[in-house]
Amino acid sequence: MSVASRSSVENQPQIPQQRDRRSRPALSEGKKQERKLGWLLCAPAAIVMVAVTAYPIIYSIWLSLQRYDLKFPENREFIGLANYATVLSNNYWWTAFGVTMLITVISVAVELVLGMGLALIMHRTIIGRGLVRTSALIPYGIVTVVAAFSWRYAWTPGTGYLANLFSPEGAPLTERASALAIIIFAEIWKTTPFMALLLMAGLALVPDDLLKAASMDGASWWQRFTKVMLPVMKPAILVALLFRTLDAFRIFDNIYVLSAGANETSSVSMIAYNNLMKGLNLGIGSTMSVLIFLTVAIIAFIFVKLFGTAAPGSDDVDGRR
Amino acid sequence: MAVETTSAKVKWGLLDAVVVVFALIPVLWIVSLSFKTTATLTDGNFIPREWTWDNYKLIFQTDQFVRALGNSIGIALISTVIAVVLGTMAAYAISRLDFPGKKALVGVSLLIAMFPQVSLVSPLFNIERNLGIFDTWLGLILPYITFALPLAIYTLSAFFKQIPWDLEKAAKMDGATQGEAFRKVIAPLAAPGVFTTAILVFIFCWNDFLFAISLTSTEQSRTVPVALSFFTGASQFEDPTGAISAAAVVITIPIILFVLFFQRRIVAGLTSGAVKG
Repeated sequence: MSVASRSSVENQPQIPQQRDRRSRPALSEGKKQERKLGWLLCAPAAIVMVAVTAYPIIYSIWLSLQRYDLKFPENREFIGLANYATVLSNNYWWTAFGVTMLITVISVAVELVLGMGLALIMHRTIIGRGLVRTSALIPYGIVTVVAAFSWRYAWTPGTGYLANLFSPEGAPLTERASALAIIIFAEIWKTTPFMALLLMAGLALVPDDLLKAASMDGASWWQRFTKVMLPVMKPAILVALLFRTLDAFRIFDNIYVLSAGANETSSVSMIAYNNLMKGLNLGIGSTMSVLIFLTVAIIAFIFVKLFGTAAPGSDDVDGRR
Repeated sequence: MAVETTSAKVKWGLLDAVVVVFALIPVLWIVSLSFKTTATLTDGNFIPREWTWDNYKLIFQTDQFVRALGNSIGIALISTVIAVVLGTMAAYAISRLDFPGKKALVGVSLLIAMFPQVSLVSPLFNIERNLGIFDTWLGLILPYITFALPLAIYTLSAFFKQIPWDLEKAAKMDGATQGEAFRKVIAPLAAPGVFTTAILVFIFCWNDFLFAISLTSTEQSRTVPVALSFFTGASQFEDPTGAISAAAVVITIPIILFVLFFQRRIVAGLTSGAVKG
């Protein structure tokens, strides 16, 4: 997984540049055919992806500039940036934003450490490699809602083994701090294997000879890890971090099942959903959609600028040139 | 690594055991709950004291669950087939052909893989209502295909890059027709990659909750994850824990089977594509 710098694409959300105009001398017949075939084969995928994402996000910008409550459709009116002022001056929004950030930062940080450990185990273990890999895939594959229900019942007073063990009196899911801790824990359980698999791909790139040589020179295990393995794995680590950060930021299922967003445990996805489904307020809901989209774009941009990370798979393109 | 000593084996064995236990406990717990009788449901025991199939019998008698299961299977299968077909076409073009716009396509797919899905919920809700596809299979299939495509394209183009395409030419030189060369040489080589991608895409569609809960409103198109969260038990005053657990186990079975039989392929697919669904 070689990773090249390709920041230009990230900066332009959703603009399908089907043709970049390059003026070149007349192409041979075969070349033209190849282009045509290439476009033809990619067109259906490109059209679906753009139609279902680019158009709605633009439409939601348009909706976000209107007062539009489905309960009072006759009051629909263009109100400029008033919705943004409403959301951005609202405590619920900022609480949810803080909760989302907290969950993202803690879960990704813990997952990085645990994921690295799991990757090392899956990569190096001398017995039961298949068994470990198979079990690690279960949290990855299992339906998030199913896992969330399992955790919820485990922490339900009376019903659950964990509740009886750790807090015989009290209901951990109804207090803010413990509910958030359980949500973060559930998130970590579910996604550490994914992180580990991405890191394992990076581990596979570390040449064994290099490790042996370092070990001959008297490097300790820790030195081999930090001086030899980490530098080689850096691209894989950054890709894993980028994907998991943006993914954690979208957290919804776990919160919905575990606490339903009670006691200020809502994420931004939760309140955007509630606004739409319970409030039926399309204007405000769309404003939140746009704000979440912008936040994700900014996070991605920071990652790309700061670390020069890029797409896994961009080597698919560059490799042929 | 050094010589395989017994102590090293014990050390790795212990680490393996930690991982296995950690990964499996929540699954075993929900299985255990699903077999508990109503009387023992709230005893907090990890292993049921009395075993019963009642919860399973109950859910398969309710329309709510059976229809949701049908919806889940239908929607996930249709989305998987379409996403894999479109993804195969695009990935073939990306890995084999030279054409302008290729980088842009890869970039767009990457963006969509990272796209906050909740941002689409409000606009899609309104668009689908206006188009009349709200609360239909199509209304869910469309976003599923969209978010499965980046996964399909990355995974497949990584697989396609490894195929020795020259074999096709060689087969033709040996007198095979274009069709034969494709059918007998290329298709068998490409099949494992396509199959792996299909599993990953299916898992993604099977898993979705956000779109399913926002873009449906009745049993007509509700999938199991959503139906679960609406379970109320046989009567209003009955605790739905047992029923929810049984339904949760039922939709976990396909995942467990995939993981058991195709562990190697799933790992290869995820590490080469490196995009999560």
